[in-house]
Amino acid sequence: MNKYPSNNKPILEIKNLKKSFGNNHVLKGFNLKLFEGENLVVMGKSGSGKSVMIKCLVGLMEADSGVIRIKENDITVLGQAELDLLRTEIGFLFQGSALYDSMTVRENLEFPLRRHKKKLKMEEDTDTLVVEALDNVGLKEAIDLMPVELSGGMKRRVALARALILKPTIILYDEPTTGLDPITAKEIIQLMRGIQEKYGTSSLIITHDVDCARVISNRIILLVDGINYAEGSYEELIRSEDVNVKAFFKQ
Amino acid sequence: MATSLNLISRTITFFEEIGDITLFAIRYFRAILMPPFEFKELLRQCYILGYRSILLVGVTGFILGLVFTLQSRPTLMEFGAESWMPSMVSISIVREIGPVITALICAGKIGSGIGAELGSMRVTEQIDAMEVSGTNPFKYLVVTRITAATLMLPLLIVFGDAIALFGSALVENLKGGVSFTLYFNKVFEALSFSDVIPATIKSFFFGFAIGLVGCYKGYYCKKGTAGVGEASNMAVVYTSMLLFVIDFIAVFVTDIFFEV
Repeated sequence: MNKYPSNNKPILEIKNLKKSFGNNHVLKGFNLKLFEGENLVVMGKSGSGKSVMIKCLVGLMEADSGVIRIKENDITVLGQAELDLLRTEIGFLFQGSALYDSMTVRENLEFPLRRHKKKLKMEEDTDTLVVEALDNVGLKEAIDLMPVELSGGMKRRVALARALILKPTIILYDEPTTGLDPITAKEIIQLMRGIQEKYGTSSLIITHDVDCARVISNRIILLVDGINYAEGSYEELIRSEDVNVKAFFKQ
Repeated sequence: MATSLNLISRTITFFEEIGDITLFAIRYFRAILMPPFEFKELLRQCYILGYRSILLVGVTGFILGLVFTLQSRPTLMEFGAESWMPSMVSISIVREIGPVITALICAGKIGSGIGAELGSMRVTEQIDAMEVSGTNPFKYLVVTRITAATLMLPLLIVFGDAIALFGSALVENLKGGVSFTLYFNKVFEALSFSDVIPATIKSFFFGFAIGLVGCYKGYYCKKGTAGVGEASNMAVVYTSMLLFVIDFIAVFVTDIFFEV
C-alpha cells in the first residue's frame, strides 16, 4: 500500500485554510492535496485541528479564509443545492458512527437514497443497493436491527455502508478506529482497504492511530499547531530525525 | 456592582436569545414553503406528538374537570346558584383553563421531548450526518416537528376540554343528580362562537410555540450530553413563559374583536 498513486490529478485540494474560535487559532494556513485513488492520512494530536479541517471540508463549518476545492468546485462559493449535490460525491464516516438512532439499519441506509437516487440516476432498486452496501461490510444479517442493538464495531461498519451507499468517489474518515478494540480496529482497517481496492475511491483519513496510518496510508501529513508540519510516506516519516515527528510516531 | 453587571449581562443574553428564536421562526416559515416536502415524516411526528399524548391529556383533563367542579360546588350552593355550574365550568374550561393547562402539559411532554431528541442528535453528530448526506436537516427535523405540534395541539386541547367537561358532568351527576343530557344542554347553551374561536386560534399559537422553542433549544444544543439535559429543561422553561405571554396577547386581542 505504501506507494504514491500514479495519477497526479488532485480530486480534493485545500489551500491556506484558516479557522479561529475567538483567540484560539486552530488552523493557521493548512494545505492539502488528495489525488485520485489515494489514501491520505492526516495525523495530529488531539486539539490540533484535524476535525475542524474535515468539517470545513464538507461545509459543516465555515472557514475564516482559504480555498477548498472538491472536483474543481470551490465549496466556499457554492449555493446550498449545488453543495448538497457535491456532497453526494463524498462519503463521511463519523467518529461516533452517527447512526440515526430512531431508524433501523435499513432505514439508515435508505435515508441518503430517498433524496438522491433519482438525481444520481441510480437504476438498481433501493433494496438491492441497501443489501449490496451491507454485504460490502459483512452485515447483511443486521438489516432490521436498531442501532442500539449493535456493538461499537458493527455500528462503525453500518456507518461505513451508509457512507458508501451513494457510491461516492471520495471517502472521509474521522478517527475510524477510535474507541474500538485492536481486533475490531484491524477489521475496520481491512474493510477500508477492501473498499478502496473495489471501488477505487480516494480516501482522506483523520486519525492519531499510528497503526492505522501505517497499514492504510499512501501518504501522511502531520498537522501540528494548525499547519502542515511534516509530509511523506510512513517509511519516510518514521525515519525522520525531527523531534516532534519522532515523538509522535514513538507513541 | 458585580450583581448588577451579572443581571445586565443575563438580560442581554435573554433578549439575544429571543432575537435568535425569532430568526429561527423566520427560517421555519421560509423552509415550509420550499420543496422538498417531508409529508411522511410530518405524519410520523403527528402520530408521535399527538396520538402519544392523548392518554396524558385525557387523564389531566378528566381530573381538572372533576376537581374544578368539586371545588366550585360549595360556593355556588351557598348562593343557590348550582344551576350555573355547567355554564361556569364550560366557559372557564373552553376559554382559558383547558387550553392553558393542556398546553403546559404538552410543553412538558412534547417540548422537552423534542429538545432532548434533537439535542442528542446534535451532540452525537446525527444532524451533521444528515447534512453531509445532502439532506436538509432543518426541513426534515425542525419543519416537520413544529408543523406537527402546531396541528396537533388544537386537537389535543379540544379533546382535553371534552374530557374535562365529562369529568365535571360526572360530579354533577353523582353529587347533584343532574343528568348528562341536561348538563351538556346547559354547556352548549352557555358556549358561543366568541368562546370557541379565540380559544381554538390561540391553541395553534401554543402548539407553534411548543414546537419552535423545543426545536430551537435542541437544534443548537451545545456542551455535550450535559447540554442535552439543559436543552430539554430550558425548552420547558422558555415555552411555559411564552405560553403565558401568548395567552395574555390572545385575551387582549379577543377583547378587541369580541365582547368578553
